[in-house]
Amino acid sequence: MDYEAVIGLEVHVQIKTRSKMFTAAPAGFGEAPNTLVDPVVLGLPGVLPVMNHAAIEQIIRTGLMFGCSIAPVCKWDRKNYFYPDSPKNYQISQYDQPICVGGTVEIELPGPSRNVMGEHKHIHLTRIHLEEDVGKLTHFENDSLVDFNRAGTPLMEIVTEPDLRTPEEVFAFLTALRQAMVCAGISDCDMEKGQLRCDANISVRPRGETKLGTKIELKNLNSISGVRNGVTFEIERQIGIVAAGGSLTQETRRWDLEANISTPMRTKEMAHDYRYFPDPDLMPVEVDEAWKDRLRATLPELPFDRQRRLMESFGLPYTITSVVVPDRPLGEFFDAAAAAAPKQAQKIGNWIVNDLLRELSAAGRPITDSPVRPEAIVGLVGLVEEGAINSNVAKEVFVEMFRTGEAPGAIVDRKGLRQSLDTGELEAWCREAIEKNPKSVEDFRAGKENALNFLKGQVMRMSKGKANPKAVDDLLRALMAG
Amino acid sequence: MSEPLHYRTATDLARGLAAGETSAEEVARAVIERTQAVEPKVRAFHHRDEEDALEQARASDRRRAEGRCLGPLDGIPVGIKDVLAVEGQPLTCSSKMLENFVAPYDATVIRRLKERGAVLWGRLNMDEFAMGSSTENSAFQVTANPWDPERIPGGSSGGSAAACAAGEAILTLGSDTGGSIRQPAALCGIVGMKPTYGLVSRYGLVAFASSLDQIGPFARSVEDAALLIGAIAGHDPLDSTSYRAEIPDYAEAVRSARPPWKIGIPGEYFGEGLDPEVRAAVELAIEFYRAEGCEIIDISLPHTQYAVAVYYIIATAEASSNLARYDGVRYGHRAAEAKDAVDLYFQSRAEGFGSEVKRRIILGTYVLSSGYYDAYYLRAQKVRTLIRQDFLEAFKRVDAVLTPTSPVPAFKRGERTSDPLAMYLSDIYTISANLAGLPGISVPCGLSSGHLPIGLQLIGQPFGEAGLLGMAGHFERHHDHHLKRPPL
Repeated sequence: MDYEAVIGLEVHVQIKTRSKMFTAAPAGFGEAPNTLVDPVVLGLPGVLPVMNHAAIEQIIRTGLMFGCSIAPVCKWDRKNYFYPDSPKNYQISQYDQPICVGGTVEIELPGPSRNVMGEHKHIHLTRIHLEEDVGKLTHFENDSLVDFNRAGTPLMEIVTEPDLRTPEEVFAFLTALRQAMVCAGISDCDMEKGQLRCDANISVRPRGETKLGTKIELKNLNSISGVRNGVTFEIERQIGIVAAGGSLTQETRRWDLEANISTPMRTKEMAHDYRYFPDPDLMPVEVDEAWKDRLRATLPELPFDRQRRLMESFGLPYTITSVVVPDRPLGEFFDAAAAAAPKQAQKIGNWIVNDLLRELSAAGRPITDSPVRPEAIVGLVGLVEEGAINSNVAKEVFVEMFRTGEAPGAIVDRKGLRQSLDTGELEAWCREAIEKNPKSVEDFRAGKENALNFLKGQVMRMSKGKANPKAVDDLLRALMAG
Repeated sequence: MSEPLHYRTATDLARGLAAGETSAEEVARAVIERTQAVEPKVRAFHHRDEEDALEQARASDRRRAEGRCLGPLDGIPVGIKDVLAVEGQPLTCSSKMLENFVAPYDATVIRRLKERGAVLWGRLNMDEFAMGSSTENSAFQVTANPWDPERIPGGSSGGSAAACAAGEAILTLGSDTGGSIRQPAALCGIVGMKPTYGLVSRYGLVAFASSLDQIGPFARSVEDAALLIGAIAGHDPLDSTSYRAEIPDYAEAVRSARPPWKIGIPGEYFGEGLDPEVRAAVELAIEFYRAEGCEIIDISLPHTQYAVAVYYIIATAEASSNLARYDGVRYGHRAAEAKDAVDLYFQSRAEGFGSEVKRRIILGTYVLSSGYYDAYYLRAQKVRTLIRQDFLEAFKRVDAVLTPTSPVPAFKRGERTSDPLAMYLSDIYTISANLAGLPGISVPCGLSSGHLPIGLQLIGQPFGEAGLLGMAGHFERHHDHHLKRPPL
């Protein structure tokens, strides 16, 4: 029998804010243990939480970006459970009134080849709510140590509907989510730094069946490969059991990164009773239309929208947009250049994707630190277009531009690379080539186009590369026709 | 009036200090000596640092000499309930759990007192984590009622009430979750006030029940209470539940208030269980107000009967969560021989908490449990709203509600410890003001035949402290109950 998987995700994304969710202690990564703390982070007796306004704004922006409906009131609940990484042994979270409800995330599945756009799908979101992150435990043989630097960092939990079917779709979802979050400046979503963490609810059923199978929650999918391998493994494991006539019990399993298997964590009977109740220390916050409007105005164009716009308004190919779009600074670099020379957008795109990215990668520099600015690319394309240099010379000029940061025109002048536009000189070279190669002229007149290329080559050599190939072509044809 | 320094009011001392008749150091010495003399009987303090207090007093005198006096509280010794964080001082909450904990920061009220030059004086005994009505739930010591050492001072702020009544401090701070300032104030014969929820920042007050807790003053006069409340009130960005209220000059309000007022008498507060002598004293007070031209109006607060039940659901639910942080992991009592993290929790909490605290944690955990939440916590919240509406309805007709503070005068030590329900009923008249978030003040209104103080409670409108203090002050001005001293 053919089986399909049904997958829903719970994705935790750290919000990039200067301070923590409920106190002024700084948020950050990579500091010495227990230095990003204060009495509130440590849950000392007598302290109280105060809401981080910036974090609320970021989650509202997230909700607006994904088309969620935003709750009119942002209300806080306590989720009670004991764990040594939790300073208060309760987490301030949102239970029955999440700030964002509904909405969708657009994803792109892999196309038939890298150069071809894949199918787009909209994955429905159940909710997004805001909470505080916990600390980090490190276990040793006889002891465990806890670092509260991460504790209290604003964290949003994004819950999807069970809309996903394959590990590829899961991967595509996380990719799209990350691109949107990074693009809007909400989170860096660096999985290595724990800024994006994913749990998956997975069940399997015979294809065509509409009822859901037994749900297994898979935790600890904390790297890109972990997500892919973990989900793939769990689907196969479940299908193996069901296909062999076995049955599954609802449970939570943990992905073991080292062993590449999922192992049982707890069953439904062992599930926590979190004893949620409204946090009496925090007042609900009203989210009015004006506030939402202000935040909506700060949202950037979503990556897929930008891609569609570039393809439609500039006729750019997928090979360029799929590279330029996901990276917001790169996209902005392109936009700046394309705005200056809309008709040359495709050529600009080619320079960025083929040449600039190659040089940047070799130099280990980000686009934001590129020695070649958008206007320089526009200038270079312009020089080629007006016939001042040909494309081979342009490549040479580009390398020089990257090395020195000089404007292309200055390089061309300094090195004397400008193509000859003196028609008298050009005509003399052409006549000389025709005179010296009667055989080729004869061949061309007999219809052999290749013969023209030979003649052009001769002219280019005589000009030491400064002749404009197009002009040479035109002139040779005219002279031989005459 | 030849009252010794330790028994004078802050208002009076401020005048004396300003006139150069005495010094802050002299006042501090008087209070220290008085404490040394009576503390073996009263046992109100956990911790005292006499040298530190004297140094604070000398600093106050230096300021005054340099013309930089910080106001009427500059140089006045204020005792602190051991539930408020003072940087560098123990913060035990009278619990074994925090026996060795030293606060690394100042509560907002403490910061405000420091800014006003008050001399912070000692750590005062209380029921463990403010849970109790007799201070017998302290893990460390039993505080005596200064009027009769065989009797309890009330609770949970028993140490604060006893110290103020015994002249071991000029003023003290307490906290009130269900009556923990007003009830001990009544039982010790002094003034105690719980402000409107949100008037005083809770930052640095170790939480018992967050939606009910308020910090407030104990004093030997209404004007002193007004002085202290004015010093600690006001919006605090560190407490999201603190209110952006204009803080009037409460002491001036006390001095200038004059009747008539409309005073509501709720029948529900004068029923079964009310000691006849308490009733008689409170009725005498009602007659006083009537004679002063006040309109006395019979009112009904029909949901009063549910207050104790609602309180013990909401307060314990919040407490079960608030006290979860005491787990032996980061600070506080840590079991020595725990096998693993869960065992560490069980053992540390079993050893660190006393039985009343455990009882309330278990109760609170139960009422929040899946399947019981709607029946208990959610319903209790709805009834809480009804209780508040009862009051707001009444305030359309009256300026304040007058009731007894406690149904009985101070009871004997051990009398109610084996019967938690009887103990819980000690707060039957005070709990509603916490549930409704209203200000309440207890003022001495007589002595029983056994020579035990009786308190009168006035409950006012939200943020109506000035008016309430004025009404209480008017009563005080025409009586001498507040001038009676315990026979120590």
